[in-house]
Amino acid sequence: MTLLEVHALSKSFDGSARRGSSSRTQAVVDLTFTVDAGEFLTIIGPSGCGKSTLLRMLAGLAQPDAGSIALQGQPLPDASARQGRFGYMPQRDALLPWRSVIDNAILGAELAGGSRDAARAEARQLLPLFGLDGFENAWPSELSGGMRQRAALLRTFLAGYDILLLDEPFGALDALTRRVLQQWLLGVRDRFSKTILFITHDVDEALLLGDRVLVFSPRPGRIAAQLSVDLPHPRNEDTVLETDFLALKRNALAHLKL
Amino acid sequence: MPAARFAFPAAVLLTLALLWELAVWGFQVPKWILPSPSAIWQAFWEMRALLAVHAAQSMLEVAIGVSTAVAAGVAVAAAINFSPWLRRAVYPLLVISQTVPILALAPLLIIWFGFGIAPKVIVVTLFCFFPIAINTSDGLTSTEPELIDLFRSMGATWLQIWRKVRLPAALPYFFSGLKIAATYSVTGAIVGEWVGAKQGLGIYMLRSSAAFQTAQVFSAIAITSLLSIALFLSVFALERTVMPWHFQER
Repeated sequence: MTLLEVHALSKSFDGSARRGSSSRTQAVVDLTFTVDAGEFLTIIGPSGCGKSTLLRMLAGLAQPDAGSIALQGQPLPDASARQGRFGYMPQRDALLPWRSVIDNAILGAELAGGSRDAARAEARQLLPLFGLDGFENAWPSELSGGMRQRAALLRTFLAGYDILLLDEPFGALDALTRRVLQQWLLGVRDRFSKTILFITHDVDEALLLGDRVLVFSPRPGRIAAQLSVDLPHPRNEDTVLETDFLALKRNALAHLKL
Repeated sequence: MPAARFAFPAAVLLTLALLWELAVWGFQVPKWILPSPSAIWQAFWEMRALLAVHAAQSMLEVAIGVSTAVAAGVAVAAAINFSPWLRRAVYPLLVISQTVPILALAPLLIIWFGFGIAPKVIVVTLFCFFPIAINTSDGLTSTEPELIDLFRSMGATWLQIWRKVRLPAALPYFFSGLKIAATYSVTGAIVGEWVGAKQGLGIYMLRSSAAFQTAQVFSAIAITSLLSIALFLSVFALERTVMPWHFQER
């Protein structure tokens, strides 16, 4: 079942931010793709190719110049109509420093006007799965980088949206922590029936996590290729060493060079 | 806090007081020119009942003045962050207001508002308003855009964004302003009383000075300093209570 349909989406920005240039910078051009319910779609491309712009448009934080976005067959032309429909996680974890881990986690339910106690109880049950057992009352500043990302992911999962938009959630982590979290996310993903759009600039990460990979061209961002990742589940750290994986990687890298 | 942080300045202060005492005694300096620390202590002890009355009056002016400055400062900071148009119109005026010499304004306030408590409260408010308004305003503008994006993507109303993001994010800045204001405030009350009052530490200093009771002037100065320090420490303690997350060691 198709959950999200993106058709001919384009967006450009005023060049006025840069001195002496009055031209408009094309961020993304003519993006058309669909996402099926329960699918894990990764988007990979060089930095500045408009991946984040795409997520911001979906999340209702930016308005496309042209094209359409439809969720469950319902067109959502207004940015305000898209707000509150996607579980958006910005590039940096965006945890509120004045809230404990548990109170950060329940933000979605709280903003929707739900019971805070019920939301806390639900969040508490998930703490072990998110590796935050015993940290429910800790301040974000007391957490390591990996734990902060897991806390932010817990907040995104708990907000109860069908589609999660994750903007390079592991981008700022060291290579080792990143690998641990990738394995962990694969495990968590099997437990929830969430549809995930996941941005990365790491080819291994895109192929290891995704059911399908969209390869973006350098700016202006276009979809250079759509690759199906037919690797069996469960995947683990050895997956990246297998022949099938390496063939996919070679293909993806070829498209990235353009 | 480690005791050493207080021990060193206290030792320096004690040494200086001792040298002062010896110098006054050694050079036979007349008491009305420079009293010794022991004479100042004696003046304080003899006049302690009267000093308490004057200090209480000054602190009342401080309390009302600081509260007014907090209310006005936060309101103005919120208003100029609410509308970019207001910000452009009012922010420069805020800075200009701080360049007005309050000392010159104080006698005029007496002419306009009489010899009661009002002109003193106004002087304290003028001293305290600027650091609170400017700091809070800077705090409100410095909210991380990612936090606001997150809230907007969750469909939050602007009221929720203000209550749950912008105001808490501005708190550390507000407290920085309040700490500066607290240290200014007692001096503000003294300035307000200096140009005419019935009660207060300022008028006590003025009268003592006119009567060449220099030791009494010094004792009132010491009390002014101690009250300012006490106020600063109270704000510091309040800050730690309100924002425990801000002081958490990583």
